[in-house]
Amino acid sequence: MTFTLKIWRQSSPSEQGRFVTYEANDVSPGMSFLEMLDGVNQRLLRSGEEPVAFDQDCREGICGSCALVINGIPHGPDQGITTCQLYMRRFSDGASITIEPWRAKAFPILRDLVVDRSALDRIMQAGGYISVNTGGAVDGNVLLIGKDQAETAMDAASCIGCGACVAACKNASAMLFVAAKVSHLATLPQGRPERARRVNAMLDAMDREGFGSCGNQYECEAVCPKRITVGFIAKLNHEYLRAGIVESGLPNEPESPYAESS
Amino acid sequence: MMRLDSKIPSGPLESKWDRHRFSEKLVSPNNKRNLTVIVVGAGLAGASAASTLGQLGYHVSCFCFHDSPRRAHSIAAQGGINAAKNYQDDGDSVGRLFYDTIKGGDFRSREANVYRLAQVSTQIVDQCVALGIPFAREYGGQLANRSFGGVQVSRTFYCRGQTGQQLLLGAYSALCWQIERGQVTMHPRTELLDLILVDGQARGIVARDLVTGRISAHMAHAVVLATGGYSNVYYLSTNASGCNVTATYRAWKHGAAFANPCFTQIHPTAIPPGDVHQAKLTLMSESLRNDGRLWVPKLSADHRSPGDIPLPDRDYFLERRYPRFGNLAPRDIASRAVKVVCDEGRGVGPGGRGVYLDFSDVMEQQGLEVVRERYGNLFEMYHRITGEDAYQVPMRIYPAPHYTMGGLWVDYNLMSTVPGLFVIGEANFADHGANRLGASSLMQGLADGYFILPYTIGHYLATATLPPIPDDHAEAREAIQRVETRIHRLLTVKGCRTAAMFHRELGTLLWNHCGMSRNESGLTSALRAIPTLREEFWRDVMVPGSGNSFNQELEYAGRVADYLEFAELLCHDALHRQESCGAHFREEYQTEDGEPRRDDAQFAYVAAWEYREETVPVVHKEPLAFEFVPPTMRSYQ
Ligand SMILES: Cc1cc2nc3c(=O)[nH]c(=O)nc-3n(C[C@H](O)[C@H](O)[C@H](O)COP(=O)(O)OP(=O)(O)OC[C@H]3O[C@@H](n4cnc5c(N)ncnc54)[C@H](O)[C@@H]3O)c2cc1C
Ligand code: SF4
Ligand code: FES
Repeated sequence: MTFTLKIWRQSSPSEQGRFVTYEANDVSPGMSFLEMLDGVNQRLLRSGEEPVAFDQDCREGICGSCALVINGIPHGPDQGITTCQLYMRRFSDGASITIEPWRAKAFPILRDLVVDRSALDRIMQAGGYISVNTGGAVDGNVLLIGKDQAETAMDAASCIGCGACVAACKNASAMLFVAAKVSHLATLPQGRPERARRVNAMLDAMDREGFGSCGNQYECEAVCPKRITVGFIAKLNHEYLRAGIVESGLPNEPESPYAESS
Repeated sequence: MMRLDSKIPSGPLESKWDRHRFSEKLVSPNNKRNLTVIVVGAGLAGASAASTLGQLGYHVSCFCFHDSPRRAHSIAAQGGINAAKNYQDDGDSVGRLFYDTIKGGDFRSREANVYRLAQVSTQIVDQCVALGIPFAREYGGQLANRSFGGVQVSRTFYCRGQTGQQLLLGAYSALCWQIERGQVTMHPRTELLDLILVDGQARGIVARDLVTGRISAHMAHAVVLATGGYSNVYYLSTNASGCNVTATYRAWKHGAAFANPCFTQIHPTAIPPGDVHQAKLTLMSESLRNDGRLWVPKLSADHRSPGDIPLPDRDYFLERRYPRFGNLAPRDIASRAVKVVCDEGRGVGPGGRGVYLDFSDVMEQQGLEVVRERYGNLFEMYHRITGEDAYQVPMRIYPAPHYTMGGLWVDYNLMSTVPGLFVIGEANFADHGANRLGASSLMQGLADGYFILPYTIGHYLATATLPPIPDDHAEAREAIQRVETRIHRLLTVKGCRTAAMFHRELGTLLWNHCGMSRNESGLTSALRAIPTLREEFWRDVMVPGSGNSFNQELEYAGRVADYLEFAELLCHDALHRQESCGAHFREEYQTEDGEPRRDDAQFAYVAAWEYREETVPVVHKEPLAFEFVPPTMRSYQ
């Protein structure tokens, strides 16, 4: 197979970027999208040119490194996968493919297709944890956690921090990312003591980092490789309201020590 | 002269760790504030160590080459983590986990370390639950378990097929808390390129900021390496692209002994390699062997499609050779059995490099839905990569380099032969002997990071003499100079071949001569070929761009250059170990029916290699005494 690639090239954060056209030849349908790019880079290298920079590591859809906007869609045309899980058999021979980096104010471009996503780490540092010390934890079976509850927490916890949700959102909001972490921890009894502080701190950090607000368009859900649903944004909003009530000192729902199955 | 003192506490096995902890000196809270520890690596081992050290009050500088600690290779672990909880009441205990690990490692690990690991395992699960890790649960709300290769109890805790992800995100969240508290300074996208020793003690590192290219020295009172394993020396492996040997290899060149480098685990169940452009191999979780059955046609070159091959014409080779463990035989044994049937010409798929992993029996007995629930995501992944539907036709799998039991030698305190240099996680050699059992690496990484290192490093910091040293100490300046010179060299070769071409060639060479089975003539020829390839690399590699910018090709070429040196050490070790044990199979040492022949009289030791400039490395031996589990022939038949 052969393809015509229009790839965003930008040599540094301050430089003006531009699209450059490359031909990808000798592509087999069983090659992954990133292997196809490897091929392009090998050819560039052999002619002494600088290869196209892109982030990648695990190449199996779990580390969240790979991050390409392919024909306008973060992670490409298929739902529920990352860029590295996309295979060339998905494209028709001879097609023209546009490849860009994530575009968001909070994600400055470092080089070519590589962006700086450390803003997501700073949101996590603001409150995306349970503050327990190492040592002295009670037996794991002391807290009984219903299977459904555990499954819901796991659904939310599956987020790989790739930032596709931000890249897809017109407002470059990180709501889905924050919602996933807040929901994961608020669903489990261990995460309950800090839930009010957590949601406020994480949302504040999101604003501080220059992410926009949620416009309820749900583009985030459509591109999320881990199929995190916008239902968790509803959960986030609920947590936020609840935090307001807690802070105002009004009576709140009683806390059960167990997270019962619903 | 290098001395190996394992510092194993005396006395009964069960109380060694407790008594050792009690006899260790503590650092007073006031003094911790004045001590800085560098942790290189933020995978399970590094993140758990950095967060715990931060919580204890030390200043921690943590480094990783990833853009975020959450992306470390630990994230990819699928199957689970072991702990001797005996929640299933199926006869598990600390003693049994200890025994399984010693036996699984083919009697090439230290009893005291392994026992401690088994003891600590139960605490790990409790800690992880406290951190909010959403482990699989039963309907009654209790933690669920599954069984994993090489053992007969169910002691593996899991989060769907994403256990490593969840455990790492837990450790990462603990790390985030300490970063927020100002106890840990995180340096992402920063790569260690050299170690700084002052008066023989590890006192700092030289690192390159991968975004700006800036090279700088970072000083501390102790250095911890948690930089993972080196399976990528084989080019194609199940590891993430960035996994490298650079940190441990550089430490080796500064006098840290490298132990058992030839103990490399080849995992039996990966998706078979496709075309030459392939950049990595994808692991199919070991848990698949709980229900899937491995088979090949009885006759070679039987090209019928699997459904057309009747039962009498099939060879369920693991069940035949190892009736007691069947498809759950340990990894080394299963991989070798796959190789044997493929070498006999009975392999299936392109190039005959594959065997069937068939779920039709379990689907018939328990229904397709049960299989979908258990393994749905893995079947999906298989479909995406191969384009085949494993519900209709059996999967094809083939072994792939996966994990490295070898690593920097450490004593019971996890300190290397360089004072002040500690090594944890996959980067050290300590606990898995010649073969690692499934779900025990996550356990080891977290045991080291959460529960062992934070104690043992305290004793070192409390007792060592550690004068203050400035950032521009002569040793630091010299180390920076070394790094700059090397980068300059890489950039000025301006040859015609890419680093990947050299890497692939090295990988093929090693896979053929130092892979699943090894022999003297193959290893000798590899030892001749590697230096030649290395010379070609330095004559003909093409690294474009500059050192003062974001330059991924430069990063990669540096790692390949280290692999080109390290590969020799791997082969020296494989050549010297004239026995077969665990993952190390020397063709000269096998029984009549092809089982490995271990030689305890001569080789019951850890081979710790010392670097010598311009000449072959020297081996030192740490004898392994088995006081509690008498070594037996490891039989899974
Ligand atoms: C596909 C797969 C599945 C697995 N499944 C399981 C399983 O189910 N159960 C199990 O127990 N084990 C499993 N393993 C093994 C296990 O995941 C690893 O052994 C373990 O996670 C290693 O953890 P670590 O912390 O030692 O290293 P890693 O997680 O590899 O972390 C290394 C860290 O060091 C950093 N680093 C490396 N070099 C440098 C450098 N030069 N400078 C700066 N930073 C550096 C990296 O950025 C990273 O942060 C699996 C492995 C693979 C490949
Ligand atoms: S919510 Fe989905 S799209 Fe957003 S960071 Fe997480 S995994 Fe990526
Ligand atoms: S490279 Fe890890 S998710 Fe794509």
